[in-house]
Amino acid sequence: MSMILGVPLAVLSGQLLLGVINGAFYALLSLGLAVIFGLLKIINFAHGAMYMLGAMATVILFDTLGVNYWVALFVAPVLVGCLGMAIEYFLLRRIGGQDHIYSLLLTFGVALMIQGILTNIYGVSGLRYSMPDVFKGGMNLGFMFLPYYRAWVIVMALLVCFGTWFMIEKTKLGAYLRAGTEDSQLLQGFGINVPLLVSLTYGFGVMLAAFAGVLAAPIYSVTPGMGSHILIVVFAVVVIGGMGSIAGAIITGILMGVVEGLTKTFYPQASSAVIFLVMVVVLLIRPSGLFGKEA
Amino acid sequence: MSESAQHADIQKTMLAQQKSEHRKKQILNLVLLALLLVAPAVLYPVFLMKILCFALFAVAFNLLLGYTGLLSFGHAAFLASGAYTTGYLLSNYSGLTTEMGILAGTAVATLLGLGFAVVAIRRQGIYFAMITLALAQLMFFFFVQSEFTGGEDGLHGVPRGYLFGFIDLSDNMNMYYFVLAVFLASYLLVQRVVSSPFGQVLKAIKQNEPRAISLGYNVNQYKLLAFVMSSGLAGLAGSLKTVVFQLASLNDAHWHLSGEVILMTLIGGTGTLLGPVVGATFVVNLEYQLSQGPLGDWVDAILGAIFVLTVIAFRSGIIGEVQKFMRKNLS
Amino acid sequence: MTIMKKLLTSAIASTLMVAGAQADISGDTVKIGYLADMSGTYRDLAGPNGLIALEMAVADFGGTVAGSKIEIVSSDDRNSPDVASATVRRWVENEDVDLVAGLVASSVSIAVSDILEEKDKLGIVSGSAASSITNEHCTPNHIHYVYDTYPLANGTASAVVKEGGKTWFILTADYAFGHALEGDVTRVVEANGGEVIQTLRHPFPTPDFSSFILQAQGSGADVVALANAGADTTNAINTAGEFGLTQSGQTLAALLLFLADVHALGVEAAQGIQLTTGWYWDMNDETRAWSDRFMEKTGVRPTMIHAGVYSSTIQYLNAIKATGSDDAQTVRKQMMATPINDMFTSNGRIREDGRMVHDMYLAEVKTPEESKGEWDLYKILRTIPADEAYRPLSESKCPLVTGK
Repeated sequence: MSMILGVPLAVLSGQLLLGVINGAFYALLSLGLAVIFGLLKIINFAHGAMYMLGAMATVILFDTLGVNYWVALFVAPVLVGCLGMAIEYFLLRRIGGQDHIYSLLLTFGVALMIQGILTNIYGVSGLRYSMPDVFKGGMNLGFMFLPYYRAWVIVMALLVCFGTWFMIEKTKLGAYLRAGTEDSQLLQGFGINVPLLVSLTYGFGVMLAAFAGVLAAPIYSVTPGMGSHILIVVFAVVVIGGMGSIAGAIITGILMGVVEGLTKTFYPQASSAVIFLVMVVVLLIRPSGLFGKEA
Repeated sequence: MSESAQHADIQKTMLAQQKSEHRKKQILNLVLLALLLVAPAVLYPVFLMKILCFALFAVAFNLLLGYTGLLSFGHAAFLASGAYTTGYLLSNYSGLTTEMGILAGTAVATLLGLGFAVVAIRRQGIYFAMITLALAQLMFFFFVQSEFTGGEDGLHGVPRGYLFGFIDLSDNMNMYYFVLAVFLASYLLVQRVVSSPFGQVLKAIKQNEPRAISLGYNVNQYKLLAFVMSSGLAGLAGSLKTVVFQLASLNDAHWHLSGEVILMTLIGGTGTLLGPVVGATFVVNLEYQLSQGPLGDWVDAILGAIFVLTVIAFRSGIIGEVQKFMRKNLS
Repeated sequence: MTIMKKLLTSAIASTLMVAGAQADISGDTVKIGYLADMSGTYRDLAGPNGLIALEMAVADFGGTVAGSKIEIVSSDDRNSPDVASATVRRWVENEDVDLVAGLVASSVSIAVSDILEEKDKLGIVSGSAASSITNEHCTPNHIHYVYDTYPLANGTASAVVKEGGKTWFILTADYAFGHALEGDVTRVVEANGGEVIQTLRHPFPTPDFSSFILQAQGSGADVVALANAGADTTNAINTAGEFGLTQSGQTLAALLLFLADVHALGVEAAQGIQLTTGWYWDMNDETRAWSDRFMEKTGVRPTMIHAGVYSSTIQYLNAIKATGSDDAQTVRKQMMATPINDMFTSNGRIREDGRMVHDMYLAEVKTPEESKGEWDLYKILRTIPADEAYRPLSESKCPLVTGK
């Protein structure tokens, strides 16, 4: 068997593939953050909580109403998206025009609240969600066993990421959105309901997080704390990619998944810290991130 | 009345007003000082010391957020490096007097602050917050991996020792007055700094950085100095905390603590001297009260709600609102 | 010297003077402080329900002991040694608390026991796993009641090796608890003729275990052991199931797994996993009867820690009843002299290092076919006798034992 740095090639390719899959999660989550920051200049520290809510909603919907995975894939993000719009309407709107650091503090508070409340209701051990039957099992790729569900995750995540990018960068709706961030008064003048557009955008960004949460529900422990850890990692991803860059968030997400995966092979202890190291280095060399426009 | 006379008149009343306000402030400070001096007779001294340590931490943080306009999301790293250094030295070198241990902790935190500042200072706003967070996370990793920190068990049974070699700090009263003295000295230092010409430049940077640059100030140097000072004081708070509680742990380095100090400063009032002190008192007290009562398991949710409420409705914090109220009703 | 201290000393002096006439109980109340993580990672292991177990014990005792009232105070330690030590200092210095119960995170337990030693009060640790608590960190002022890492490794690892799992891959949480467990497991595996071929340390916490599970598969080891806890363990087990670890012939061994974890995983994902536990609710009539009462109040089945909190509190109160004193050393001596026979264990005893040694159980998680209900999760395979389970005193580094 051929070896690279003492690691069999087969193991390495497996790790790379897993890195890409994890990267797909990061991409989905950081994409939502980038949409919210890029278009609204809101630093959404509640993003991790929204991801958690997506997963929790999937489980709770199933346990109480028997809603299955396929329906949850659609319904849970919509529900969380509505909550996000409510947060935007009732809370974030009140601090519009302030330094956007305040949006960070506000959403940080919101995240603490949501997590605290769910911990009290559901405990911390987590909820159980079984994998839909279609996804049981997997395929042997020669170098590793790939569960069907992981393959599904990567396909779905990439589809949604690409769709979002396409919508924002290539369609008329996206043009409105981008125009809204440049000059909202002008857009208002054209008869477009800008406040509604803002609510919808925030709701949409949050939906992406919740969607990642639904995808995560069958494979990760669903607990009220699951979002708080991933939050700062995803933030690091967005900053590395360049705050607000849509394509940057997607590409960096996948890249960081791979970097993390390789670290897990060569120096596993550091795998949770490596992204921050990359972030410091990138910001030293390129102050506005890999894909950011200007300083 | 001639225009110039009128002008002089106005100036006079303004001066008188300033004087009376100054006197009011002085009286307030004296009252607070008296309260702090007698407090341990009534309240539990260790609890008071905890408040003082966190108040110092928040004051240090506010020097950055409130007076320079920089949001650091990694201040826990300085608190922790001070705490671990002092804890390690006092535990392993019994010849060391307590104040030497504390000074060493402060020095290490200051140096670390310099390192952070060199990397972060050119960035602004969210980038600054994120890069400090990233650096603090790397420090957290370092603390987890290092032997000398005792991993997640932390350092325990750090001896309080003797101040200057002869004052027994294991007595809570001695300890309290020592902490109080350090706190007051640091508070006065910060007060001097922010009212000095240096502090005026910092405020100018906060209000309008391009203007400060165009006035010929080397903005980055000012920011760097403020950052280093802030991190040193945060380290001092950590060192003191270690001596008071006789332990240092990973909680000191966790990013949640960096979030908490923001909350303290924000609730008390950013950009005011007394604000962070009031905020720290409020948060420490609240956590204590909640952890005792039947609402114990709601502490996170309640802290979150307070965070939200403060940002939405009382952005200028307790002290800020009080000042507004006084200005409206007492002038 | 402060007024407070003077008052306290004179109070103690006057109590001592009347000691002959009346029960020697400070302040005429026995005050128990319950300190645990009420809102964080370890909430479900002890948490608010542990407080209910404690209240049950006090209520069963009639609310009074030796003519004095029993009072309970409780506090959330937020898994922070700072918060914990501040609270306990206040309790023992200002509020006359006699016993600190609960105690989950190891860092908290160690910090608290330092203070208890300094102030000569008693602590009963029910939740912590670290065996160092009664080894290098032992004090004459605390008792470690339910379990520790030593029997966890001992019970599970020796059983699995004996069943033919010769080569081991250990996946360790990268912090002191994980390292301790890893060390204990390695020792047991090697002593029984097995071999540890690889250890891998993962960051704490890790949300995604796929990479590590893949490496475990690649190692070709017979056994993949999880030296971690809580969400890390459940995540790893889930991922192992997804990647077909056990289907490909490897055995999965979880070293620390609580009933609450298994309940969260479900029998589908956790079936067949062997684990060591100090207690299980469905062992006999006595345990079932107590668990039913517990469930009525809490809605869940008790973990071994909940049961331990109840049992240890009863033992403590019995000792006060027998001696008429709440002095820490008197009570501890009495507790050491009394064998423990109750719903928690039979013939348990407290050694001089503070370790309560009792029979442990090797259990296996039931299959979905075997499990008859939401909480019908374990079958007990074997009882591990107390002397075999815990670290023998001859290996102890505790100064109380070695006399150093």
